[in-house]
Amino acid sequence: MNSAIMIAFQTILIKEVRRFTRIWSQTLLPPAITMTLYFVIFGNLIGPRIGEMGGYSYMDFIVPGLIMMSVITNSYANVVSSFFGMKFQHSIEELLVAPVPNYVILLGYVGGGVARGLAVGVIVTAISLYFTDLQIHSVPVVVSVVFMTAVLFSLGGFINAVYANKFDDISIVPTFILTPLTYLGGVFYSITLLPEFWQNVSLINPILYMINAFRYGLLGVSDINLGAAYGMILLFIVALFSFSMRLLNKGVGIRT
Amino acid sequence: MTTALAIRDLRKIYGNGFEALKGINLDVEEGDFFALLGPNGAGKSTTLGIVSSLVNKTSGSVSIFGHDLDKDLVKAKLQLGVVPQEFNFNQFEKVFDILVTQAGYYGIPAKASKDNAEKYLRELGLWDKKDQQARMLSGGMKRRLMIARALVHEPRLIILDEPTAGVDIELRRSMWTFLTNVNNEGRTIILTTHYLEEAEALCRNIAIIDRGRILENTNKRDLLNKLNQETFVLDLTCRLQEAPRLEGYGSRLTADGMLEVDVDKQRSLNEVFQQLDQLGVKVSSMRTKTNRLEELFIRMVNEDKNETGSTANAEGAQA
Repeated sequence: MNSAIMIAFQTILIKEVRRFTRIWSQTLLPPAITMTLYFVIFGNLIGPRIGEMGGYSYMDFIVPGLIMMSVITNSYANVVSSFFGMKFQHSIEELLVAPVPNYVILLGYVGGGVARGLAVGVIVTAISLYFTDLQIHSVPVVVSVVFMTAVLFSLGGFINAVYANKFDDISIVPTFILTPLTYLGGVFYSITLLPEFWQNVSLINPILYMINAFRYGLLGVSDINLGAAYGMILLFIVALFSFSMRLLNKGVGIRT
Repeated sequence: MTTALAIRDLRKIYGNGFEALKGINLDVEEGDFFALLGPNGAGKSTTLGIVSSLVNKTSGSVSIFGHDLDKDLVKAKLQLGVVPQEFNFNQFEKVFDILVTQAGYYGIPAKASKDNAEKYLRELGLWDKKDQQARMLSGGMKRRLMIARALVHEPRLIILDEPTAGVDIELRRSMWTFLTNVNNEGRTIILTTHYLEEAEALCRNIAIIDRGRILENTNKRDLLNKLNQETFVLDLTCRLQEAPRLEGYGSRLTADGMLEVDVDKQRSLNEVFQQLDQLGVKVSSMRTKTNRLEELFIRMVNEDKNETGSTANAEGAQA
């Protein structure tokens, strides 16, 4: 990147971070409250009755999944709401008239989504420390998986925003696709509890790979082979990045 | 002289099949103050949208200071500042941040971005609003904010799409002065407006576009010379029962007692006053009935409609 392009990238990133920190009560506070409730209800109240899961207490087992769930939903939500908001207010035109290459626009917004995803991830991790003694089995795995997952769902949010024409369109995917896939992705249970058929069905859910890879980073246990998890995340990142660039280059949803 | 904007055989067909531009050609020289006029739906905003990279063209080419949009988009965009018709900034951002962010998109370092933002906010009388959210500004202030934003990266070519729409007369005049000063600095300005007195007051060259075609592209003086007749409205000191007969001039009384006189370009206005004086009619004040450019504009667009209509009828008869 030359310096002008680097400045443009930083400008988009700073603008995005400024946006979600300005409205912190809508972006940073809700996941903190929601996850606290999850820890209290599932971890503290119901967890002891469930007993161990994957060799760990139920609280320890669900913490990685809940951190990942917040990272996934927030990185997605940041990009979809911000980029669609720009389209809705036509302020996207500020970017389109400027000499900012499309890949910088995409990286800038993805950067914003990653920043919010990681910020929420850190907040939820900090809250989890009140409920359990968090141990890290592998720092590189934790950092790389959470980062790549945030990138992947930021790209997903971007594609959703490009196609969205009204505010309803930005809530359909999170409500009807993202949330079910996350809940069924092994946040609250190990897929080994499922019958073999449903275990195999679960394997087509990409979120299962991310949650299990992250759980491996923290606890050292996973239902999924770590290499397969990285492969799956990388494959999706490459596919969604290429598709996003194609949409931007064609001007879908942003140029007439 | 360098050509600031060169448009060649530019066509645009929208997805619904509507042909907004039918192969237009246009040159705007560096330093010009140029008006692109046309009725609603004529193709002005589509043309400017393509130049600003907000609309995809169907065919043709656009160059800004010699940089083709297809081959050298980044360099072309660096030369261009755009003031759109609709407010298109983030209403929740602070005024200062909007300008600094825009400068950042153009790769201007933070310190220079802030200096430029301050310079243009001061020049446009918005410096005391710098920490306010844009949505708190009045309509006139929002227009000025968009002008400041378009200038913050110091472009050589500035496109203004209806910059004074909905702005009060005093503010409009101050914006005219500001834009004239910007033009005097050597920057090229292209303006679309529905206030034709604005184009007449500011611009040196004018193109008239209608139904996706350029009807006229010439300098203002030549264009106004095409106006053969002007109508003057005279305010009389006494109300008359009927219009005085003026030799060689058409005249009539309006409902509110004004006298309208048609004056051909080759005839003198002095003669009108001599005849009125002889008839004992006293005039207290006088104005032209419509803006001269407006009269010409309406005539040209109507002629075009008639021609298009008769061509279509002839084609229909052949079919």
